[in-house]
Amino acid sequence: MIETHALTKRYGALTAVDAISFRVEPGQVLGFLGPNGAGKSTTMKMIAGFLAPTSGSASVCGFDVERQPIEAKRCVGYLPEGAPGYGEMSPRSFLGFIADLRGLKGEQRRARLDEVTGRLQLEAVLDKPIDTLSKGFKRRVGLAQAILHDPPVLILDEPTDGLDPNQKHEVRALIRSMARDKIIVISTHILEEVHAVCTRAVIIANGRLLADATPEELEARSRYHGAVSLTTPNPLALKDGLAALPGVASVEVDPQDGRLTAFPKAGEPIFVAVAEHLRSRDIGFSELQLERGRLDEVFRQITTRPADAAVAQEGRA
Amino acid sequence: MSTLAERFAGHPVAAVFRRELASYFATPLAYVFIVIFLVLAGAFSFYLGGFYERGQADLLPFFNFHPWLYLFLVPAVAMRLWAEERKSGTIELLLTLPITMWQAVLGKFLAAWAFIGIALALTFPMWITVNYLGDPDNGVIVAGYIGSLLMAGAFLAIGACLSAATRNQVVAFILTVATCFVLLLAGYPLVMDAVRAVAGDGVAQAIAQLSFLTHFSAISRGVLDLRDLLFFLLTIGFWLYACAVVIDLKKAD
Repeated sequence: MIETHALTKRYGALTAVDAISFRVEPGQVLGFLGPNGAGKSTTMKMIAGFLAPTSGSASVCGFDVERQPIEAKRCVGYLPEGAPGYGEMSPRSFLGFIADLRGLKGEQRRARLDEVTGRLQLEAVLDKPIDTLSKGFKRRVGLAQAILHDPPVLILDEPTDGLDPNQKHEVRALIRSMARDKIIVISTHILEEVHAVCTRAVIIANGRLLADATPEELEARSRYHGAVSLTTPNPLALKDGLAALPGVASVEVDPQDGRLTAFPKAGEPIFVAVAEHLRSRDIGFSELQLERGRLDEVFRQITTRPADAAVAQEGRA
Repeated sequence: MSTLAERFAGHPVAAVFRRELASYFATPLAYVFIVIFLVLAGAFSFYLGGFYERGQADLLPFFNFHPWLYLFLVPAVAMRLWAEERKSGTIELLLTLPITMWQAVLGKFLAAWAFIGIALALTFPMWITVNYLGDPDNGVIVAGYIGSLLMAGAFLAIGACLSAATRNQVVAFILTVATCFVLLLAGYPLVMDAVRAVAGDGVAQAIAQLSFLTHFSAISRGVLDLRDLLFFLLTIGFWLYACAVVIDLKKAD
């Protein structure tokens, strides 16, 4: 379990993390979302025990990260941003070093080393210096290091940043495969990743926690949630007819691709009504779609609220 | 006995020590350093020190140049200790492993010290030479080696601390050379006159006691005074403590 209470980090006048409290239970994959510089990494660094909080507290597996740092660090596997590693070492000796510091011995040590090199497909590069490896392999070495001691808590700072689509897919599959009995916290600014791996998402901006919900709940906050979109040869002719339907709040036509979107009044299902309308008028269309909501739109809406902009302005002045 | 050895091998300090020492030899840097050290140590004792001309069977001309050799070579070893960890970001990895700050600081320091110790040990042909040519007091020579190693350790601890203060290795190098130079010559007119003019006589007297050269030359003449040994060990302890404090303070940037 990870628990934070009013976790705060200040650098002089700048508040990087502002009284963040949350709790993560085993089985959850928590995604930290936020613009660059929002305080995601700083929060993770405090939970991993690298930075000391200015005030507030964080505990991992019941151990306070400040009062019982060694016990807390034992149950965490941490991938720092950019997956740093000792460049002159080979993955084999690097993982051996981590195993030593993690207190792995004998048969168990060998078994764990075999397990992670197999799982992250490191066999081919085991004896090459880490400096000479591709970005994808470096990231995998970093992940191998983090999961080596099979920790109950994994903190991964941007685990897929800079990877190609295939590598991203592999890393996400790996995270999902470990999710069942672990607590996993990942930070990302790739919104599709939230859908792909997270069971819960936390949005952080300007150091403050602005939303804490499942990805579906976040999508439901989008004005696109429950909207119906379609492509039709003459969208402008259709616009007024759809707008008059009960339950439809407004209809917009994208000026670029001409795609028409009908937005519902709060909570009202309009898909059937729209489909019925099209059929009864015998209107030709393609790609009729019920929108789930757009995370990017919710993300923008939450992280750029005017109030926050004002606070940020104040903080800077 | 084997359990004791196993327990040591599994200790975090030992793990950091092994990794660090192996990393020196993973690059040509180690060999370049050792060759330069051996060539200069030899050249200084034979040409500047008048090893043969003195006609005495001792290693005094050899040890006399060690402070000046270390002044440039030890900061070169020390500059990467923490600056590189910070630059490459591995410091974040190291300090989030289940290891205390002092274990990390000590493990890295001991590895660098052992590396310099290896270089120093490779000067053994000098020892053999004086024993072949004459009949030296080997006790004095052992004392000289101990004093030399201790002084290298003190330089190294200073370098470790200053290397933790910056992520730029060149800055770390220059700061370390300057600090070591001042401490080396504390007690000599060059430093003392400046200090006396600025801070007064009392401070100047206190600083004179910190002179590396005074303590080192006492040991290398064969006088193994506990106070001189303690001086170097306390200096190492103080700077390593400062190193841990600096790392803690500068972690965030």
